Amino acid sequence: MQPDQHEIEFTVNGTHYRRMVESRMLLSDFLRHELGLAGTHVGCEHGVCGACTILLDGHPVRSCLMLAVQANGRALATVEGLASASGELHPVQQAMHAHHGLQCGYCTPGILMTMTAYLAEHPSPSEDEVREALSGNLCRCTGYQNIVDAMMDAAARMREAAP
Amino acid sequence: MKPAPFKFVAASSLDHALALKAEHGDEARFLAGGQSLIPAMNFRLARPSVLIDINALTGLAGIDRSETGQVRVGALTRYRALERDGDFLRACPLFADALPHIAHPQIRNRGTIGGNLSHADPASELPALAVAMQAEMRIRSAAGGRTVAASDFFAGLLTTDLASDEMLVDITFPVLAPRSGACFMEIARRRGDFAIAGVAAIVTLDEERRCASVRLALCGVGETPVDAGAATSPMLGSRVTGEVIDTVAAGVRELIAPSGNVHGSPDYQRHVAGVLVQRAIRTAHQRIGHAA
Repeated sequence: MQPDQHEIEFTVNGTHYRRMVESRMLLSDFLRHELGLAGTHVGCEHGVCGACTILLDGHPVRSCLMLAVQANGRALATVEGLASASGELHPVQQAMHAHHGLQCGYCTPGILMTMTAYLAEHPSPSEDEVREALSGNLCRCTGYQNIVDAMMDAAARMREAAP
Repeated sequence: MKPAPFKFVAASSLDHALALKAEHGDEARFLAGGQSLIPAMNFRLARPSVLIDINALTGLAGIDRSETGQVRVGALTRYRALERDGDFLRACPLFADALPHIAHPQIRNRGTIGGNLSHADPASELPALAVAMQAEMRIRSAAGGRTVAASDFFAGLLTTDLASDEMLVDITFPVLAPRSGACFMEIARRRGDFAIAGVAAIVTLDEERRCASVRLALCGVGETPVDAGAATSPMLGSRVTGEVIDTVAAGVRELIAPSGNVHGSPDYQRHVAGVLVQRAIRTAHQRIGHAA
């Protein structure tokens, strides 16, 4: 069987791409291996762990549960796009650093993508709501408490910055 | 690459999608949210030779309340749209209880109601809701269309009444009747995981506040959603008391035949189902407005 190839056009973090992809290429593998955007991590590859979470037209999704060919015409955002061009970390990244919200860091990109989108939609969450929002991202190092602390702090800082 | 090779076609219209399905039959699968199909393909448990992507068919998505007494939900409507539509959740309050149990926000941003129901996972919440609410499933093929009651739609484990050339295109749910209350509850080992047992209950009272009807359906305790209507007869015509609820719960424990799984034995599932029946009926009853 000839590989089933498709031409797709899309943006990642505002950069426009046009590529040929085989239809069975997962979006997660495509981002890492074809575009070299290895910040998106691949964990379970069946939608459970959340490490590969990216934003599709602004909404968090599992990139291991999408085909790259489905990205045609869409706007993607990955962890590489969170910090500013000058290298200044996003407030959620700064808070994760300040509160020791990671140890091995494998789950971190997925958590950052999930929570930046969540906090943009819910600027004043309760701690319970943060835990619920985090429920689709597994972390085996931290026990989550430091991540929750980081998110509450990041939410407060972002409210101060844009009241 | 994880999935086995396949030919990918982005359908440009419903007719296009149905023509492709008629041509390729069981070799082809519709791709909607992909939150069950893609994992199965990653494990190579599913190896379709043709994947018909219907995500561009926006006419299949949406919530239509234009007809009194019912809500029609397009098959491509994502959980995300349902859980953010307050009018829909008030009209069909079982969804307000059930949607947060469906996996996680990232999954709910992609997954669709039609994909969920067509996949027919016995542990999934929505098949039980469709049975409890007596939903009607509208089905299309290139040759025509038909409507099937939810109770006839779920045929077995991961199996529906859909023929190889058919697609579920929308689902009609009756809105909650006056003097009614509804509740869905489930128990799972972890938030968002598959339910050990789940119960959807709708209680309707008559003008004397006696029980006029009870709809009861369970998930996770059989190969299909289980309609437990047969166990509800002790409630009909009587006041909703703790005693009568206990009788119904005992009847449900007799009625179901769970197979057990890694999270619990059949006896444990039966126990949990009974407790959930008690709680769900009690909560549904409490939610009936006294002014109604």
